[in-house]
Amino acid sequence: MSTQTPPAPAPSSTTLPDLGGGHRRRLPRRAPVGLFVVGALAGALTGRLTGGNVALTVIYAAILGTLAVYVVSAVVDGRRKATDRLMTCLVTGAFLIAMIPLVSLVYEVLRNGIKRLDATFFSNSMVGVIGEGGGAYHAIWGTLIVTGLTTLISVPIGLFTAIYLVEYGHGRLKGAITFFVDVMTGIPSIVAGLFAYALFEIFFGPGVRMGLAGAVALSVLMIPVVVRSTEEVLKLVPNELREASYALGVPKWRTIVKVVIPTAAAGLGTGVTLAIARVVGETAPLLITLGITNATQNNPFVDERMATLPVYAYYQLTQPGVPPQFGIDRAWTAALVLIILVMALNLVARLISRFFAPTTGR
Amino acid sequence: MGSTPDGRSKVTATATEDRKQTPPVRRAGDRVFSGTARGAGILMLIALAGVAAFLVIKAIPAFSASPAELPNHGSLAGYIWPLLFGTLLAAVIALLVGAPLAVAIALFITFYAPRRVAQVLGYLVDLLAAIPSVVFGFWGIGWLAPRLVPFYAWLEKHLGFIPLFTGPASVTGRTMLTVGLVLAVMILPIITAISREVFRQVPSLHREAALALGATRWEMIRLAVLPYGRSGIIGGAMLGLGRALGETLAVAIVLSVSGAVTFDLISSENPSTIAANIALNFPESSGIQINALIASGLALFVITLAVNMLARWIVARRAEFTEAS
Repeated sequence: MSTQTPPAPAPSSTTLPDLGGGHRRRLPRRAPVGLFVVGALAGALTGRLTGGNVALTVIYAAILGTLAVYVVSAVVDGRRKATDRLMTCLVTGAFLIAMIPLVSLVYEVLRNGIKRLDATFFSNSMVGVIGEGGGAYHAIWGTLIVTGLTTLISVPIGLFTAIYLVEYGHGRLKGAITFFVDVMTGIPSIVAGLFAYALFEIFFGPGVRMGLAGAVALSVLMIPVVVRSTEEVLKLVPNELREASYALGVPKWRTIVKVVIPTAAAGLGTGVTLAIARVVGETAPLLITLGITNATQNNPFVDERMATLPVYAYYQLTQPGVPPQFGIDRAWTAALVLIILVMALNLVARLISRFFAPTTGR
Repeated sequence: MGSTPDGRSKVTATATEDRKQTPPVRRAGDRVFSGTARGAGILMLIALAGVAAFLVIKAIPAFSASPAELPNHGSLAGYIWPLLFGTLLAAVIALLVGAPLAVAIALFITFYAPRRVAQVLGYLVDLLAAIPSVVFGFWGIGWLAPRLVPFYAWLEKHLGFIPLFTGPASVTGRTMLTVGLVLAVMILPIITAISREVFRQVPSLHREAALALGATRWEMIRLAVLPYGRSGIIGGAMLGLGRALGETLAVAIVLSVSGAVTFDLISSENPSTIAANIALNFPESSGIQINALIASGLALFVITLAVNMLARWIVARRAEFTEAS
């Protein structure tokens, strides 16, 4: 591999003089990029010749490219510059490595999920389905109902907690709530599921499976997120607005309702939407509190199993049925729909913050 | 509204005094509103206490149960210990792989990427956080695991003398190392987000001073940025650790479980993790088995709570420190 490096310094040493002034030799600005390309090509060639697959070829190319930059830079510029360039290569490489999962994940889900992304998937439940066909109609409704219920529970509690922290709170209670809200964001989702199960078992007996229990479990996960994001937004409302309102004799609570919240409305909408996006894909708590069923069951207040999209995807993948391919296809499509749902919510959140943001600097 | 006819007769002198003595006006609406807000805040604390209390209550029967009733037909500690071992092992792998990568990504976005695209790159990394964990499980078993099989075979052949890679290498790729890598990807966004936040706060004077003294970009980062951001990075890494400890579905889908306590990362004999074990066994469990699962959940809750509180404490201490300086 070291045989590949010598050709590279030749062009760089010819362009040396016009950098001028220095008593030391230096590589021109663009040289490292060229060096990397030369090294990478050599690496790619090595990978191909040794019969490696795509991954190996890329790894060889990256290693040899980095090495070429480092060695030449060390020879021409000295050790410090070389270390700097080495770190640039490593840091950039780390970022590219992190993009691999994202790209491959989206690609894989699209490739496998697109097959069953048809009308049947959205209009049929799994009642009486063996093998081909079937859909996630019941699971999509279940997800919408449970997520809606979660939002109804979480947003008022979360918003009022944030209002308390920003407008009223002081002393140790405020400190304690702030700290434990942060701690609650770290509760494992499965533990939230166990909590909801334990709570509802008291009222409905062992083996309870209920939409409301799932909503309670998700609320434990969602409330801290709502508090965190809405608190940040409420803090951004300028104090002058509050003071102007007080000066007009408006009571504090009307100031909050009529001045603070409308000013922060866009940010609140964004925060709540992102919080919904966080919990809509939660699987573990729903696996415990809702289970799975093949039929459409849209009443979250009775002790009956409900299907939800993430749990549906999990079971279709792990227990796909007798000709497994059909179940696995349905699972990937469910995963695709789930990703689309989450991305749509993220997009909505961005649009809210863009179009409903208060006009600043009038 | 509070001044009486008496007060008004003492014309000028009382104008200011009167205002001082009148308590601030408390309307009914204010009392209700502030009461509701405070109640919601207290409800948060009650909810957290409730989670702990219900887990403890439901776990108690498992402590007093006879060994025959427990899922492993042994002691409760013997049931939870392999799971705890698996949980810690997977989370530590995730942290070892994920944390350096996340810090490097944060450095890239903050200091290396062209400023115009930095925002977009940050958004791309945040997208990873938005992907549901069950989908990560799909990716892990469908894409990553098969591609790691030849790598594991290579590890077994050439590095088999290291206890971690004794093998026999799994032919499905559903190993502890695969799980660790999937978890590493899942905790990237949170560590990156917190590191970026910290790096942004490094005083530009520190950075410019380093550059003015002739430091290269990397030396500037090593001398000015990393020391300043150290506790923030540690805090972020611990939050990531907390997330990896509690991750359920990705592990449940990817890992091939046998219950063995082993450091061998590439074989198909793996200990399960607490969260994955609950997800896999809860639907078919009843009676004392559920209590045993909840007891293991309690152990997980205590560990993640401790890790998170420590992380928050580290981050908060850093915040005070930077405000003071």
